[in-house]
Amino acid sequence: MAESFKRLHAIGAEFDTTSAIYHAAEKVRDAGYTNWDCHTPFPVHGMDKAMGMKKSWLSAFVFACGLTGFITGLLLVTVTSFGLYPTIVNGKPNDWTHGAGAMQFFFPVMYELTILFSAFGAVFGMIIRNGLPKFHHPLFNWSRFAKATDDKFFIIIESSDPMFSETKTKAFLDSLGGKHITPVFDHE
Amino acid sequence: MADIAHTSKGDECEVVLHCPPELKKIPLVNHDRSFAWITENVASICEEKTRRYWWIAFFPLALIALLVPTLLSYQVANGVGVWGENQPFGWAWDITNFVFWIGIGHAGTLISAILFLTRQKWRTSINRAAEAMTLFAVMCAALYPGFHVGRFWKAWYLFPIPNHMALWQNYRSPLLWDVFAVSTYFTVSVLFWYVGLIPDLATLRDRAKSKIKQWGYGLAALGWRGGNRHWQHYEMAYLILAGLSTPLVLSVHSIVSFDFATSVIPGWHTTIFPPYFVAGAIFGGFAMVLTLMLPARLFYPQLDDMITRNHVDKMAKIILLTGSIVGYAYLMELFVALVYSGNFYEYNAFYNRATGWYSWHYAMMMFCNVIAPQVFWSKRIRHNYICVFFICQLVNAGMWYERFVIIGTTLAQDFLPSSWGHYTPSWVEVFTFIGTFGMFISLFLLFMRFLPMITIFEVKAVKPEADPHHEPDHSHGEKSAHPKEAAVH
Repeated sequence: MAESFKRLHAIGAEFDTTSAIYHAAEKVRDAGYTNWDCHTPFPVHGMDKAMGMKKSWLSAFVFACGLTGFITGLLLVTVTSFGLYPTIVNGKPNDWTHGAGAMQFFFPVMYELTILFSAFGAVFGMIIRNGLPKFHHPLFNWSRFAKATDDKFFIIIESSDPMFSETKTKAFLDSLGGKHITPVFDHE
Repeated sequence: MADIAHTSKGDECEVVLHCPPELKKIPLVNHDRSFAWITENVASICEEKTRRYWWIAFFPLALIALLVPTLLSYQVANGVGVWGENQPFGWAWDITNFVFWIGIGHAGTLISAILFLTRQKWRTSINRAAEAMTLFAVMCAALYPGFHVGRFWKAWYLFPIPNHMALWQNYRSPLLWDVFAVSTYFTVSVLFWYVGLIPDLATLRDRAKSKIKQWGYGLAALGWRGGNRHWQHYEMAYLILAGLSTPLVLSVHSIVSFDFATSVIPGWHTTIFPPYFVAGAIFGGFAMVLTLMLPARLFYPQLDDMITRNHVDKMAKIILLTGSIVGYAYLMELFVALVYSGNFYEYNAFYNRATGWYSWHYAMMMFCNVIAPQVFWSKRIRHNYICVFFICQLVNAGMWYERFVIIGTTLAQDFLPSSWGHYTPSWVEVFTFIGTFGMFISLFLLFMRFLPMITIFEVKAVKPEADPHHEPDHSHGEKSAHPKEAAVH
């Protein structure tokens, strides 16, 4: 049978309500699983805690991007206006030694670039951190999983988890009240 | 309230139990609709066969939108002279229209960012459409300064690109700040809008029947699976974008107002401009949101349960608030110019504004922006959609008049009567402006047709049963007795 060539990716269980998956997640966390996830149609409030996850470090990355944007803006305005092409406007000083006294005019450009770079950092940081774009994933082989973007909630425990055991994990998910407990394979 | 209900025992829960009916939260989704109902009724709008009404609306508007490329080509071929502006009236309709459109965009960002940070959960059902409106409005706005430079093919001089003449921009100019502000604003708005769309695109992908749709939505959804390990970073990214957009949106219209405020022309050279412009932008933008959303509710009655009377009521209240701020700014401006400043030119600029050549513009501005929205004090009017729509049209017109009054009357009559001059728009300007409306609304119709108009996942998340501590089965004693209070906090 072709089945023998398939590699087991994970075991999934379906839940009907937010509170059911929330309480189930707490138990999965307490059982000590690490490679698992809760798939929900919307972010569930408090789920990070229920899953024992730490705060997202994305904000630190965005801060670094914002700083880069600010420095880019600063260099863009000063290098061009003081160095490459000194512009004399309103008699304002336009050289490196005195120019800093008239920096307030340059502020809007630095401000906008800080925001621009931070926004790029937030969006692309999130996409890259989440391993997106990913146009195929074993979970898409499970037809019921399409409901994860509609009104059902799923706990997926991956086979790469050190505690994973096909029979025990299945029984465990069953004991949590999961429905339609299904092994998900790498390919159909 | 919910936290109290959830975490504490006995006594405090009694407070919730004896909550009088008038203090109870109005549900954000009427008729207690299920998650599946929300998915079905929003997604079906882009899945169903195109309605005949849609074509009837889209075709003429798309034809009107064609005026924009046609007349701009005509302008490029013949020069800016085909527009009616000339010295001293160098900034006429085009900058008026630029400020008008960019102002409209601001309501979208306000709804998506500021209302998000202030935890105004009612924003969820209108933010997607408002953000789309922002993008289309900024597109219309960006046309004007781009083409007003005259030699459009040299518009790239606006950007700091090394060139053969070794020339660099003057970073002390507010017009250059505008370039940075508006292009950053557009880019960040696109990013914010797209990030909000990803989970909903995944919903459309998972519901898609045809291969093409599955592919199209699937590519755009980037393989979103809704795992909480993804949501965690997603929510952080969304929060940061909201935090970034808030100072951004305030800075954009402040910088637009600097175009005027940093000049030395009487009537422009005032420090009141940034807050006054920002309030005006939000005021005009909300009127445009309602202009688009009220007919959309008519087309798709299922939206009634998500964009409720309560939503319209709140938007009308924001129009009332910002309209009053704008009214205060107008009066304060008059007070400073006529009474307080003691500046002859300032006095004359405002005297001429109110009584001079363009006095009827000034009267229209005062009537539409200050007097008309005051009727929103009445709840009956706020709840009458026809009245709300009508007042919003007055506000849309009033905000255009405001920009013309600020820009036009000031330029027409500045210092020396010998250099005063009249202005009449040419047919090219008039039809280009009409064309931008066609472009704006037809882009919005395309958006309605192909993308979910309402943020599906966010509307689900504000439902009471989205809270993990919501117990529908009454098994947990007192706290389940009031599931509504427990969740809508």
